[in-house]
Amino acid sequence: MKKLHFLEVEGNTKGFYTFLGLFGLISLIGVLAAYHMEHNGHWVTGMSNQVIWGTPHVFAIFLIVAASGALNIASISSVFAKTAYKPLARLSGILAISLLSGGLVVLLLDLGRPDRLIVAMTKFNFVSIFTWNILLYTGFMAIVGIYLWTMMDRPYNNLTKKAGMAAFIWRLILTTGTGSIFGFLVAREAYDSALLAPMFIIMSFSFGLAFFLLFLMGSYKYTQRDLGDYMVNRLKNLLGVFVAAVLYFVIVYHMTNLYSADHRDITQFILTSGGIYTFLFWVVQIALGSIVPLALLYGPTGNNRTMIGLASVLVILGGLAQLYIIIIGGQVYPMHLFPGMEVTSSFYDGVVASYAPSLPEFLLGMGGVGVTLLLATIAIAAMKFLPASLADEIADPHGK
Amino acid sequence: MTINIENKNNDETVNSLNKDAESSRRNFIFGSVAAAGLSVAPGMMLYQTANARSLSDFSLKEGASSKVRWGMLVDTTKDVDWNKCVDACNKEHGLGNEKNSRDDQKTQYIRVVDVKNKGTGYSMSLPVMCQHCESAPCVDVCPTGASMKRPDGIVLVDRHRCIGCRYCMMACPYKARSFVHEVLTDQTENTPRGKGCVESCNMCVNRIDNGQEPACVEASGGAIIFGDLNDSESPISKILSKHGGKQIRADLKLNPGVHYQGI
Ligand code: SF4
Ligand code: SF4
Repeated sequence: MKKLHFLEVEGNTKGFYTFLGLFGLISLIGVLAAYHMEHNGHWVTGMSNQVIWGTPHVFAIFLIVAASGALNIASISSVFAKTAYKPLARLSGILAISLLSGGLVVLLLDLGRPDRLIVAMTKFNFVSIFTWNILLYTGFMAIVGIYLWTMMDRPYNNLTKKAGMAAFIWRLILTTGTGSIFGFLVAREAYDSALLAPMFIIMSFSFGLAFFLLFLMGSYKYTQRDLGDYMVNRLKNLLGVFVAAVLYFVIVYHMTNLYSADHRDITQFILTSGGIYTFLFWVVQIALGSIVPLALLYGPTGNNRTMIGLASVLVILGGLAQLYIIIIGGQVYPMHLFPGMEVTSSFYDGVVASYAPSLPEFLLGMGGVGVTLLLATIAIAAMKFLPASLADEIADPHGK
Repeated sequence: MTINIENKNNDETVNSLNKDAESSRRNFIFGSVAAAGLSVAPGMMLYQTANARSLSDFSLKEGASSKVRWGMLVDTTKDVDWNKCVDACNKEHGLGNEKNSRDDQKTQYIRVVDVKNKGTGYSMSLPVMCQHCESAPCVDVCPTGASMKRPDGIVLVDRHRCIGCRYCMMACPYKARSFVHEVLTDQTENTPRGKGCVESCNMCVNRIDNGQEPACVEASGGAIIFGDLNDSESPISKILSKHGGKQIRADLKLNPGVHYQGI
């Protein structure tokens, strides 16, 4: 096995600036969209007093969940001592930080009063799971930062395992915390399930790895570095396992809910009568986001990089659809003031609320993706995050 | 005495939360009124045992007495037009002044809910507003503490502390809260409201702290009774103990301060 060494991406190239410009532009458009929403007020969005959290939250929570999943590769290498993943541990760490930052930017910019960030950072209500999430996110950044440092600064290499363990535990708590934001909404049928938090953990594995794989293949392609099949195949097999696990969990989740009197109505709504939400569930989340990627990853196309890339994109789309159904589908479904009775009012009691995502919301969400990519791109040029080569003779510990 | 963050912003000029001078004047007036006994409806004494000083202290956190728990009892069997209560509320708090918001984005503190039993065909109407829960989910989930419960049981939003995350709206089982979706002008002095913040029925704290009943109560023609649930001698407690009352979604065990008869 040849020696592994890390190298910054050459920053002073046309290609690099093109990507920087592109990601910067997406981020900027996102910020402008947010400014438009803040300046006018949220009436310019599809959100309302019925659908309180809209498309920005779908993106924000996707990115935050994916952040924890992106750290998986590093965790597998340091905590579970799988040396095969060691070359990718640094990238895994920096992508986790970038994804989390992107998600938090969206969350912040969608606030009614983002200018009061300082209030959010200084006046804590410790009963609130939201407060705990703010602390969890900040802590995550710090711990992953330290973890990266122990990996990249040779004298501290011996601390990597400990830091990796801390980061691993922290991210499990973090995703549970993110899932619990919904778990605490007692009166909303869609969220009142103990299975939601563990489902978020398994979703994070899958979404995070899909993003990781895309970023890895993309950056190696455009920097003309070698990325051997050994590494790619390992990762795509792992992705397949995670996608299958999410699918399994989704089935268990809905089956359990169908048999529980409290959740039957909302489950039937999503699965059969929910219009766009039913479509998103069967077509985007299940077919395009789970079954097609599994076929692409494990079928005859399993060695084709383009197909692996396509599978990863589909997993991400399926994930966004899944969160859209959970977050927005869960809100449009009416709460029951008087269970069993027919209820109507001027405030849309008893009816399925309508929601159409508006352009600014979508652009703000995409802006979060832009911020993530921008940060990650700058990082790999500024510091030694990427191995100079991941050709098979370097990446494969049992190599030729 | 009150939390008063960054009210330099122009849209926050209406700030009724911090009026020490006025508050002491009110102390004086209210103190003397209470001493004489305050009669709001024929033969009905409102605040019989309540401590006048603490009631009138216009502070969000301190001041309001924890000996008191303000509540309401809505008699849905009475033949009243509940829309009168809605109108009175809108007038009191200056609601309905949105210019751009869609209907599903406009603020409603109180709404009339029609309930129909599909089996029997029986139907009724009732007004629903913030239920002023004792274990208020909106207060628990609020990251900044802007959603708060006063010691006297009134749940409200500190409009100068709210960051507009809307988590409280997600958590409220009664859909009692609204988000201000646009810049508002023409506000009433007593109810500061503002774009990007969440708001809801505050039981007309401004009136209560002034010795008056909430606007909807006044407009209900006796169909809504307001009073101190902690005082067993208050009219509301007496009626509740004699005739009983129900809370909406009592199964959630939030112990709302708003009770209903006939639901
Ligand atoms: S009804 Fe809703 S807003 Fe009012 S106290 Fe209860 S949870 Fe809070
Ligand atoms: S919207 Fe305002 S009051 Fe509601 S939870 Fe957020 S900060 Fe608290």
